[in-house]
Amino acid sequence: MDFRFDILVEYIPFFVKGTLLTIGLSLVGILIGTVLGLLIGLGKMTRNKPIAFLCSCYITFFRGTPLYVQLLLIHFGVVPLLTGNTNGILASIIALSLIAGAYISEIFRAGIQSIDKGQMEAARSLGMNHVQSMKDVILPQAFKRMIPPLGNEFIVLIKESSLASLVAAPELMYYGRALGSQYFRVWEPYLTAALIYLVLTTSLSYLLNRLERRLATE
Amino acid sequence: MIEVKNLKKSFGSNEVLKDINAFINPKEVVVVIGPSGSGKSTFLRCLNLLESITAGHVTIEGVDITDKKTDINKVRTEVGMVFQQFNLFPHKTVIDNIMLAPMRVRKLSAEEAREKGLELLRKVGLKEKADAYPDSLSGGQKQRVAIARALAMEPKIMLFDEPTSALDPEMVGEVLEVMKQLALEGMTMVVVTHEMGFAREVGDRVLFMDGGYIVEENEPKQLFENPQHDRTKSFLSKVL
Repeated sequence: MDFRFDILVEYIPFFVKGTLLTIGLSLVGILIGTVLGLLIGLGKMTRNKPIAFLCSCYITFFRGTPLYVQLLLIHFGVVPLLTGNTNGILASIIALSLIAGAYISEIFRAGIQSIDKGQMEAARSLGMNHVQSMKDVILPQAFKRMIPPLGNEFIVLIKESSLASLVAAPELMYYGRALGSQYFRVWEPYLTAALIYLVLTTSLSYLLNRLERRLATE
Repeated sequence: MIEVKNLKKSFGSNEVLKDINAFINPKEVVVVIGPSGSGKSTFLRCLNLLESITAGHVTIEGVDITDKKTDINKVRTEVGMVFQQFNLFPHKTVIDNIMLAPMRVRKLSAEEAREKGLELLRKVGLKEKADAYPDSLSGGQKQRVAIARALAMEPKIMLFDEPTSALDPEMVGEVLEVMKQLALEGMTMVVVTHEMGFAREVGDRVLFMDGGYIVEENEPKQLFENPQHDRTKSFLSKVL
């Protein structure tokens, strides 16, 4: 097999642009997904039955259907309904945030519920109210336990952002596919894309490992 | 100081407390004994509403804690609790464990809370452990910190839920010693325990519980040497 570096060189500017958008989509998805996840997770744990039920439905739908299907629904259905136009980047951000929110809400809930109930009892027995006990006693401990699964979810999100190429958001895979179809090549575009994804995901897991170790020794 | 009237508590269909009537006088040390499953821990946990009450009334210093309008957080600041499993906050140092509630609830400044915390640690003999994390302490030390933490809120009543049951035998003494000191200082205490020696020596009154009822109560000497009920006799014959 021959490997044509010349066409890769030609595509360097596109790979750079694509990688930047991949990072952008992932970061925004992680940020919005985390905020959404916290809200949905707390919502599912409240004693308010209708809110808990709605949050359950949300999680069931977004965890139980493929991201690809959600992306198409949002790209061709929801976004045109709201803005009158299709917009690949906007649709991708919405879809990634919503699915991340569903997974992250379960991570938050599991983290909070994994803390021994004696901790809440001790805090409450000292006269602290529910919110104070959550903030000062439960969440700091739960957060440490959430880091490994959150890291996992972030890595999944970087990889899943590649689906955005299917709704013409010009991220990494979009340019990979463009290169592939322009020159009818397989190895150059997809191996390069794979390598860039690997660099992104391994850098992220390195950072998360460091954070985890730092918190463990505190 | 505490008055319990017709207290009932069920978990689902399982009625754990059937009809409890009791009172605790100021400065009194009341020890609750009984076989496991008799409801003694549940009874104690109802006194600060860690368990919701199914029926009946608990009045603390004239405040009915079963009344929905009662601010339970305020009541709990007056009622300290020490748990079998210590329940120290593992992400905070010993002194931070003690300072947290006085700062958050009593709104003390960090310096005031720290000063009081150190004084309490000196009292339980652990001043040098102020900046250690709970994980580095022995069970006995953890429980002494937990007692100091509860005392930092300056409660009028202290509840002890089997405070020595999770300890290695050689560490039981140091915790009981702190509790004894507290009793001598006039603290009102309700103690659920299997330490009959402590009940006899420090208790002003002993309640014997079985099957969700207080079967018998008396001064320790009377109850241990001259039990009236068959169930008390049979229990004491097994543990003494």
